[in-house]
Amino acid sequence: MQLSRIILPMLAFAATPAWAAPLPADPLGSPMWDYHASRIFEGATLVFDDRVKVILPVIAEDQHVVPVTVDARALQGVQRIILFADLNPIPVAIDYRPLQAAPFVATRIKLDQRTPVRAAVLLADGVWHVAGGWIDAAGGGCSAPPASRVRGDWADHLGEMRGAGWVDKGGMRLRFGFRHPMDTGLVESIPAYNIEELAVTDATGATLAKMTIYGSVAEDPAFTLEVQGADGPMTVAARDTSGLEFKGSIAASSGQKLVAAQ
Amino acid sequence: MNLNRRSVLTAALAGGVLVSKVGRTEAFARGYDPQAEAIADGVWLVRGKDEPIAFDNGGAIANSVFIATDAGTVLIDPGPSLAYGKALSALAQRVTGAAVARVYITHLHPDHSFGAAAFDPAIAHALPATRHDLVNDGDGFSDALYRMLADWMSGTAVVLPQGDAAEGNVTFGGRTLRLFAMNGHSNGDLAILDQKTGTLIAGDLLFHDRAPATPHADIDGWLAALDRIEGISHRLLIPGHGPLDRNGTSIAQTRDWLTWLRASLRNAVPTGKDMSEAGAMTIPDRFAGLKVARYELQRSVSHFYPGLEAELLPEIGR
Repeated sequence: MQLSRIILPMLAFAATPAWAAPLPADPLGSPMWDYHASRIFEGATLVFDDRVKVILPVIAEDQHVVPVTVDARALQGVQRIILFADLNPIPVAIDYRPLQAAPFVATRIKLDQRTPVRAAVLLADGVWHVAGGWIDAAGGGCSAPPASRVRGDWADHLGEMRGAGWVDKGGMRLRFGFRHPMDTGLVESIPAYNIEELAVTDATGATLAKMTIYGSVAEDPAFTLEVQGADGPMTVAARDTSGLEFKGSIAASSGQKLVAAQ
Repeated sequence: MNLNRRSVLTAALAGGVLVSKVGRTEAFARGYDPQAEAIADGVWLVRGKDEPIAFDNGGAIANSVFIATDAGTVLIDPGPSLAYGKALSALAQRVTGAAVARVYITHLHPDHSFGAAAFDPAIAHALPATRHDLVNDGDGFSDALYRMLADWMSGTAVVLPQGDAAEGNVTFGGRTLRLFAMNGHSNGDLAILDQKTGTLIAGDLLFHDRAPATPHADIDGWLAALDRIEGISHRLLIPGHGPLDRNGTSIAQTRDWLTWLRASLRNAVPTGKDMSEAGAMTIPDRFAGLKVARYELQRSVSHFYPGLEAELLPEIGR
């Protein structure tokens, strides 16, 4: 049961079995680097690249809610951004495809111990650009029940969404979140249950951004994205592992209203 | 309960380790060596390090105070561990000439409270709110401190103070202490005024030349407590962290930081900043003298940001 939860997220990346080039040595010295890299990158070329910024706090103050920002705006032609923590029981947190969006994403993840947290950024030429850092964390981020399970009110608020958009330089910064327990399946008697797919579409129905989400994203998952086009409204749609769908609409003026209301 | 225990592993500490040390067991070959400084007639201050809790300092980051009385020494805040409590006990005997006869714990945080393990729980006093929160959070604190401090914590069990501290005057061994039951830094913040010398021991309601920590803080309540402290006639202020304060600087600093923090976080959410960006915001130059300012700002972002988003971002959908 637990093993399958650990392995399943990585099967998604097993595209070709061939192993082309030897892995470059891990600057973080992670004991799990070879294991994860061989499964996530599966023979593709990869380089460690400081132009990929992985912003971590100086302390994982709450191991259930650790903010991580990935900023790859210094790179051109970004196809995917995979955020993963080597020593998490569910290593991959998100697999983001910024179709018509900046290669920038912020979210919060759970950590189960001191671990490297990395972003792998796939460019159009098929090369992965990888960066990250170690962060210390107490245990239990993935193996303690979420707060809403303990309070008992998770179902009362399931799928409630909050968010706003801020128009900036012809694009729109979107910040939004969902009420969702994001159960990892690692807590006794609570099966895995998480939001797993997310898409942002514009007023014409064009998909601007897509994301696959795993159970290591924090309870009440929250995201910051920067999509192209400043004409609202933007639609945020998500589906969880039980097939429930959540949808919200963010007006282009919503952020400006918040600023004005201050 | 399980969640409660886990969720406070790091969240509730007044400090934390920035970077894990390798080879901790080899590094541990020391004991604590607290030093007492006489600051008023029959009053001694034992300074903690103005740092986060870390293996290198054994968690000894909070200030402790001795007050000599005819019935023995009153110890305020026995520190983070059994070994530190024992070191304070020996130090008190040496400088005051009398054993510790009463312990006050200003609030629940383990850098102040866990040294109670070195004393009879019957002589340890705290506000009922503090005991209540130690019942809930003590095991989680213990897990966190053992993780960070390892052998420094050897033998330290969570000790619940048995005595109830309450607002009002207490005369112990001929010395009158005025107790103030407040809150804001935590649910129960005990401040103690030594009437004889006008020394006000404020616990973590005051930070001095060190950024305030907010894991259980209610900022509005804390600011109200600062107003109250300002109105208490005193000669000396002893903050929970940082040096002795002879002129009220720590009140102004703590109020300034908390007011700035509250306004800055409430501004960050409506202007679209994510948590990392809020944690990276410019800290005004006037706080340049506060130690661990960036560290405490990022901790405070963790404590408050999700709640502020739930309050300030509009509902979408449905």
